[in-house]
Amino acid sequence: MLKRIALIFLLVAMTTPAGAQDKLKVVATFSILADLVRNVGGERVAVTALVGANGDAHVYQPSPADAKSLSDARLVFANGLGFEGWITRLVKASGTRAPTVVASTGVKPRRAEDGHGHADPHAWQSVANVKLYVANIRDALAASDPAGKGAYEANAAAYLARLDVLDAEVKAAIERIPSDRRKVITTHDAFGYFAAAYGVAFVAPQGVSTESEVSAKDVARIITQIRKQKIPAVFLENVTDERLLQRIGAESGARVGGALYSDALTDEKGSAPTYLDMMRHNVKQLSMALTS
Amino acid sequence: MIYDILIAPFAEFAFMRRALVGTFALALGAGPVGVFLMLRRMSLVGDAMAHAILPGAAIGFLLSGLSLFAMTAGGLIAGFVIALGAGVVARATELKEDASLAAFFLISLAVGVTIVSLKGNNVDLLHFLFGTVLALDDPTLLLIAGITTISLALLALIYRPLVLECVDPGFLRSVSRAGAPAHIAFLALVVMNLVGGFHALGTLLAVGIMMLPAVIARFWARDITAMILIAVVSGAISGYAGLLVSFHAGAPSGPAIILVAGALYAASVLFGRTGGLVRQLFPGRHLEA
Repeated sequence: MLKRIALIFLLVAMTTPAGAQDKLKVVATFSILADLVRNVGGERVAVTALVGANGDAHVYQPSPADAKSLSDARLVFANGLGFEGWITRLVKASGTRAPTVVASTGVKPRRAEDGHGHADPHAWQSVANVKLYVANIRDALAASDPAGKGAYEANAAAYLARLDVLDAEVKAAIERIPSDRRKVITTHDAFGYFAAAYGVAFVAPQGVSTESEVSAKDVARIITQIRKQKIPAVFLENVTDERLLQRIGAESGARVGGALYSDALTDEKGSAPTYLDMMRHNVKQLSMALTS
Repeated sequence: MIYDILIAPFAEFAFMRRALVGTFALALGAGPVGVFLMLRRMSLVGDAMAHAILPGAAIGFLLSGLSLFAMTAGGLIAGFVIALGAGVVARATELKEDASLAAFFLISLAVGVTIVSLKGNNVDLLHFLFGTVLALDDPTLLLIAGITTISLALLALIYRPLVLECVDPGFLRSVSRAGAPAHIAFLALVVMNLVGGFHALGTLLAVGIMMLPAVIARFWARDITAMILIAVVSGAISGYAGLLVSFHAGAPSGPAIILVAGALYAASVLFGRTGGLVRQLFPGRHLEA
């Protein structure tokens, strides 16, 4: 008994640094990745996200404060797969000596369906991929801060267990939707990995990026497609023009669902402040729009 | 075949019909305003005002999201403040009106961008602010149509002093005191039409559907009534043809509309009846008795 209490004390002492000064400063490029790093790093790590809650990483403009957090950082976490085209230049410009860790290392990249053959960077939409992210983050943190290796491994193991629960939940929820209704349309085709992992078809009115402006031809094609394929639901996203989607929904007869979160978490007040919340929220929205 | 190309897109899709109605309403309201801006040598004022509206609408968006009312109100307030402020500075100091307008719209643009950045939210504001003509919902259409109606009525009311001021401002001042109020009402019309246009086309292109048809009209008529008619018609043609180009060729719709107007302008520069290049090089034979 005494031995166990001592062990707990030892663990607590190991995981709680003396003060904020001793925390390992790291930078993550966007909010979802920052959330994963926070979960693995726990108390030992102070995480800054370059593109914060509700931000669109596709149109990010670096500020001097970002360059400063980069130059103070010991590690930089990036998604990779071409998601942050700006990261190499920014890291170089900030003069930081922190190595860049590509969190998506080991993920099998999907080709985006934009005809250019670029890799689709939104790998975190599949929980299986996020487990790889978590392993990469754990190893990078342990390598950079060997004293915290035990804590990182414990945190990662706990978080991986929660991811397994989440994965099973998502699969069960999709199972309950009749298979011929597992089709939705959304403004931004960020859900390629989700589609591949869980068997829901996502059709997008725009290309893989939010950069291009839609033409009347695109909109007409989407409406025709919804009518022909009888797609039951159309979804909004937190980073693009919702008026256009509402128009498409009104005209094609598809139900307009709530917001799906793809590239960014919401702030604390929103419905998706963490990765786990985001995935649960998305699945709930999907099943609500598709089951009835 | 011809039906498929020219009419079917509008018959089949409600969003195309809405876009068409929206651009027609814009052409009807903004065309005459553009003609007066051009005749008073204020063609670039429209551009400056459009920039001034943007931050106002941005603030409206940040305060209450994608609300039509907030963005419209913000745009109108910013536009009026800039227009009046530039006028007051021009009258009270030695600075000319164009220079003070330039200063005002640049400051307001910078203020808008700063507020957006301080809010720390880099959602692509431009994507929201540069409204797309393909996504006109009922309230937006009603707003545009309402602005056009008010603008035509107000134009009818101040038509005489406006025309006089274009032609002979000194004479107007000697016979009437309607000049200053008419000028202010006219500036209000410019702001209103730009705010209406930016919901459909975005700030930059809203100026396009105001000024390009007016400039086109200048090449085809000398008399102001005809000019206004031609401006409205060429604005409407640009809207219709631009939407068709966007539908068939897949070009983004706002730019397509303005590009068609640009093509009409190029054709007018070459072949225009009054002052077109071809006319000047090969004048018709003088009729002799």
